[in-house]
Amino acid sequence: MKRLITLLLLVFTAWQGTAQAQLTIEITGGAEGAEPIAVVPFGKPDGVPLAEDVAAIIAANLARTGRFKPMPRGDMVATPSSVDQVDLNDWRRLAMDNLVVGQVRPRSGGGYDVDFVLFDVFRGEQLANMTLASAGADLRFTAHRISDIIYQRLTGSPGVFATRIAYVTADRATAGGERVALRVSDSDGYNPQTIVASREPILSPAWSPDGRRLAYVSFENKQAAVYIQELASGRRERVAAHKGLNGSPAWSPDGTRLALTLSMGGNPDIYVLDLNTRALTQITDHFAIDTEPAWSPDGNHLLFTSGRGGNPQIYRVAASGGAAERVTFENDYNARASYAPDGRSILMVTRVNGRFRIGLLDLTTRSLRLLSDGGLDETPSFAPNGSMIIYATQYAGRGVLAAVSVDGSVSQRLSQDLGDVREPAWSPLVR
Amino acid sequence: MVTSASNNALRFEDTHVRTTIGIVLAGLVAALLLSGCPSKPVSETGTGAGVEDRYARPDGATTTGLPGRPGVYTAADLNDPSSPLFQRVIYFEYDSADIQPQYVDILRAHASYLSSSRASMTLEGHTDERGTREYNLALGDQRADTVRRFLVAEGAPDGQMRQLSYGEERPAGAGQGEAAWALNRRVELVY
Repeated sequence: MKRLITLLLLVFTAWQGTAQAQLTIEITGGAEGAEPIAVVPFGKPDGVPLAEDVAAIIAANLARTGRFKPMPRGDMVATPSSVDQVDLNDWRRLAMDNLVVGQVRPRSGGGYDVDFVLFDVFRGEQLANMTLASAGADLRFTAHRISDIIYQRLTGSPGVFATRIAYVTADRATAGGERVALRVSDSDGYNPQTIVASREPILSPAWSPDGRRLAYVSFENKQAAVYIQELASGRRERVAAHKGLNGSPAWSPDGTRLALTLSMGGNPDIYVLDLNTRALTQITDHFAIDTEPAWSPDGNHLLFTSGRGGNPQIYRVAASGGAAERVTFENDYNARASYAPDGRSILMVTRVNGRFRIGLLDLTTRSLRLLSDGGLDETPSFAPNGSMIIYATQYAGRGVLAAVSVDGSVSQRLSQDLGDVREPAWSPLVR
Repeated sequence: MVTSASNNALRFEDTHVRTTIGIVLAGLVAALLLSGCPSKPVSETGTGAGVEDRYARPDGATTTGLPGRPGVYTAADLNDPSSPLFQRVIYFEYDSADIQPQYVDILRAHASYLSSSRASMTLEGHTDERGTREYNLALGDQRADTVRRFLVAEGAPDGQMRQLSYGEERPAGAGQGEAAWALNRRVELVY
């Protein structure tokens, strides 16, 4: 059924103006039956250099999903850039299901207008015909927005190309010890920005629901503390620095509360911090470890990991506290649970025959499906449309990220040239 | 004081500790007979009758010397390889925060030193790399907390101690497999 292919995507090294290492994506497994699509190079005025190849970005995005197979440019018999230049018979003969043409038009006041048209080749219909305004520096992001529209029109699901990924890098080779950084990049690994860097551990980045802030744990003061940082301004606030452990920040779906793990009561328990009133409510109280809280999509309850049954398992408790009920019974180590965006399944780390793998528990059928081969896989995070999962794994002795489609058919690896990458967190849909 | 507090200390341990404490005590008697030293650990020789190296494999550990009395230990013991105070790392079993019996005497010596000095100590809890990072932060916290409570029960002033968990973020050594993992499941007593 599944055919493994190894296809190295183009790495646009020319674009790499910044000195920061960036994630490169390698497709490690793909689905059969990917739909053929032609994304024709976008037209532009002669003599106007563009920083980005919009069509190439769109084609790479679509290829990475495993659901589409973009036509190599060398095979194209025509390069139309507007509707009047398109002869659909050209593309029918090449057995293309869909066609994308477009052009980039510089505006007099700066920036661009980007036109694009998506055709259903065999029906001869336009599925989209739009113009997007783009600031000069945002052309790449505009290409991601166009990719999202194309993906939505062809699959019925929102695309996640215009989202971002937060992750932690660790470089052991630097003088003075390990250098750790929390970074944010576009969903394709481009445009990496360092949010905070330290010689001490940083972990557990969590996106606010509006995508504007990250909560994370930093040991920079030789003690674990939870910070909230606004991405645009870099301003940040330390919201938890109690005695003992301060960890596992998780935003409530409405963004008004932060669930945390604190051990100030003598033992790791779950608390909820009201970000407006700063009131702290203890949710669990057990002598075993309680940690890794995750909100249900409706905000009514929390999943968490607890060792109260003798080994780590997933439990569920009302967001206001009370009795906890056990959720997982299969396997002897289940941890770091989170809900799928539709709330119907739970993503987690599960141990099978001594190997830590990513598992998806269907709450209706109670069946647990394994999505990774394992070893030391951890920190799974759903794409906001629920189509993909990103997680941390190891490859060739280094920490890398991997992404897998929910049906397990498509997989990718995201790595840096140097150092370890870990703790991925996929942003919400807004930017 | 040591004997009266030891009942308290047993609360933090597995039931099997009770039997192994007997074994440790029997070993202490044997060590005393061999060394002929009535009150203080052997300090003349660097090899010190089976004193474990700071980073030795935990399952190879043997301890020596009597549990200290208040005032017995000085700061000089921290640099004396034959003193229990020289041993400032204790190791744990997988996914466990229980103090293993072979470390009881080391911890009693540190409790004694803390109670008779103004020394301050940070208890750093660590884990191996298996499992999730946040669960391991919590596990490291529990390990440090178990040791702190044991030391308090043995007379160490709580105010002289601070606890901190690094989870799996600061391994003592790289590498995978049980040998490396065993060295990483630890609490470091940092003065």
